[in-house]
Amino acid sequence: MRAVFTSRLFWIGIATLVVGAVLPLFASGYVLGLLTVAFYTAVFAMSWDLLFGFAGEVNFGPTFLIGLGAYTAGILDARLSPQISMWVCVAAGAAAAVVGGVLLALPALRLRGPYFGLTTLVAVLMLQNFVVVFADLTGGEIGLSVPDVMSVDAHVNYWIAFGFMALSGAILFGLSRSAVGLILQASGQDAVQAGALGFNVVKHKLAAFVVSAFFSGLAGALMVFYMGTASVGTFVDIAVGVQVIIAAVLGGRRTVIGAAIGAIFLIGMGELLRPLGELATLIVSVIALLVILFFPDGFLGILRGRARS
Amino acid sequence: MNASSVPSLEVSGLTKRFGGLVAVKELSFGLRGGEILGLIGPNGSGKSTAMKAILGVEPPTEGSVKLDGIELAGLPAYQIARLGVGLVFQHSRPLNRQSVLENIKIALLPDRLTQLVAGAQADAQARAIAERVGLGRVLDRKPPTLAFADLRRLELAKAIARHPKLVMIDEPFAGLTLSEVAVFSDLIREFRDEGRAVLLVDHNVKGVAALVDRVLAMYLGSKIAEGSADEVMRNEEVRRVYLGGALGTAARPENTFRDAVPLLQVEGAGVVYGKALALQDVSLHVHEGEFVSVVGLNGAGKTTLFNAVSGLVPYTGAIRWAGENLQTRSAAAIARGGVVQCAESRELFGDMTVRENLDLGGNALPDDEREQRLEWLFELFPILERRQSQLARTLSGGEQQMLAIARALMMKPRLLILDEPTLGLAPVILEALSQALEKLRNTTTISVLLGEQNVTFALPHADRVYVLDHARIVWEGAPDRFEQEAAATYL
Repeated sequence: MRAVFTSRLFWIGIATLVVGAVLPLFASGYVLGLLTVAFYTAVFAMSWDLLFGFAGEVNFGPTFLIGLGAYTAGILDARLSPQISMWVCVAAGAAAAVVGGVLLALPALRLRGPYFGLTTLVAVLMLQNFVVVFADLTGGEIGLSVPDVMSVDAHVNYWIAFGFMALSGAILFGLSRSAVGLILQASGQDAVQAGALGFNVVKHKLAAFVVSAFFSGLAGALMVFYMGTASVGTFVDIAVGVQVIIAAVLGGRRTVIGAAIGAIFLIGMGELLRPLGELATLIVSVIALLVILFFPDGFLGILRGRARS
Repeated sequence: MNASSVPSLEVSGLTKRFGGLVAVKELSFGLRGGEILGLIGPNGSGKSTAMKAILGVEPPTEGSVKLDGIELAGLPAYQIARLGVGLVFQHSRPLNRQSVLENIKIALLPDRLTQLVAGAQADAQARAIAERVGLGRVLDRKPPTLAFADLRRLELAKAIARHPKLVMIDEPFAGLTLSEVAVFSDLIREFRDEGRAVLLVDHNVKGVAALVDRVLAMYLGSKIAEGSADEVMRNEEVRRVYLGGALGTAARPENTFRDAVPLLQVEGAGVVYGKALALQDVSLHVHEGEFVSVVGLNGAGKTTLFNAVSGLVPYTGAIRWAGENLQTRSAAAIARGGVVQCAESRELFGDMTVRENLDLGGNALPDDEREQRLEWLFELFPILERRQSQLARTLSGGEQQMLAIARALMMKPRLLILDEPTLGLAPVILEALSQALEKLRNTTTISVLLGEQNVTFALPHADRVYVLDHARIVWEGAPDRFEQEAAATYL
């Protein structure tokens, strides 16, 4: 465990947290709101990195897990509130993501190469269609309003999201650095050899998928009660998934912390450049493309490379 | 390991089918602790598949594999590994961000999801294993900074971490230098002396002869011989498989070639892939019109040598073409200069017709010359004339090989490099190829550099022969001296 505290990544994580903790002292409510969304997205990206960076599986459908969490929580709340607490709905959302994730991963993990990724992509399209077709239940394309919200105070929302991100990040990072994290990396890199060393590769990858699904679903469900609505455009759309993936790759694959930094950067930049209108998205995309092309290890890769030389 | 219970592996009737292909056919053998068995066979003989079937990476189709009486066939690889089978892979893919020590520690972790911290015991154990295989100096280094031999040591370390009763090693000495081979041999002997059963998988007897107690030779999925290294090397069928039957040759002596400077001169060429030595200090030459065979088993470095000549891989040393250094020339310029390689993979355009493939080869020629050349090629390979409008991928293997050679000849080479043209072809086709090569030899001034593991095919078409073994030229001479002088290095 000592290695965790001496690693540079750990201190980068701590530095990010300190900045996050000091910000509310002088930032406006608008900035805090923006960061609240960024923190949830950071959890999406960190969960995704556990699968891609460590288990070696490209999950093209992070929004399948996020969407399951968000909509399960949202629908339960919309139907049963005020009989049940918002927090029960959140827990149910996380559970639904795990169950859905296992149902998808069990057959999909048997496939090799790009087929796992394609399966996850199809799952997103299915969920999206489900939401649109069963509009009575899900609110369809208009979106689903939930009666409960976490808080109307930007500071409270900020702290909840911040605490949630810090806790999730600590767990995911610790996990990635643990003994099971090592086995997971070995399985991701060379499944045959990991098997020859006595590791049940499917078991370890499935466990990683469960953990990833749990945090994705939980973050999705929490975000619903921050926003007060669930819509396909925020939780399920392929474009949302792409943003999560880009955030993780941009920040630095196989680092967990980098995924969070990438997510905050993407959302922050998008907002900073908003005065430029449509051009903003283009500029952010170009930056992302350049980083991925020339620094495949992302922001943290650049930092580490500099520290080494 | 308990000395009173000697482990034993019992393989009986092991068969592995891939669709219609029978890769391993009713293979049976036994192996006891304290014994080293060499499992040998040429490329495609099924030896690697047999090894993978034992570990369960490729589950056996039929038959039984018993370790100390426990049936392994049908179990997943991770369970077989836990029952005491370790495999040293030829290609290592360690975790590059973790240190050598951590990489070894992985092999010591239990297969549990709840174990978040490796015990202190694991650390001490990993250090002990590292010392043993000679990794003590580099414990804290990351794998990308290691020398090739150390990467192989790391694979050994991982495989023996859990004290397997049976250790299987795939091509134990591939890519190692001679002194490293000696060190690894000692390590492997230690495994035996500890009472483990050791299975070495390699291409030929010679590579493992000094080490093994027994050798089992495979060919086309079946066992063809078993016994001591000497017995197997003397075995008639083994000699036939590796050396072919009666070796008729019709070599022209080297002094009949009149060019003062040989057309192609390779001087001290060396190639390194990543960290593996693929070619080491290789020198050879080919005269104008001369047919030279480079004989060597799979992985000896033939293709690497040819790719260096064709300018496809960077190399050290000098390669001269008609006296001129090729080092700075691009692959395309070398090909235009008259060095045309016909790759082992044939590289045909599968969705184009035979005629289109040939026309592409003769793209640079003026129309009338192309027509003449086509006519000449159709004489050389009459079957291609009839197949002109057929798509290349619908041809049989032999016809594809002929088309590949014909297309290469359309480029008007002065030196034609043929890499393993007989790989996977039926004897009838070999005959047709033989005739075509004979015609080239007798009626043209084209030089041919032929790379083969099939000696029966390589010798009759050679004026001179080089034997390539583990990246080095180990013998050079006339084909009629091959059996007497070089057969032992080849078996």
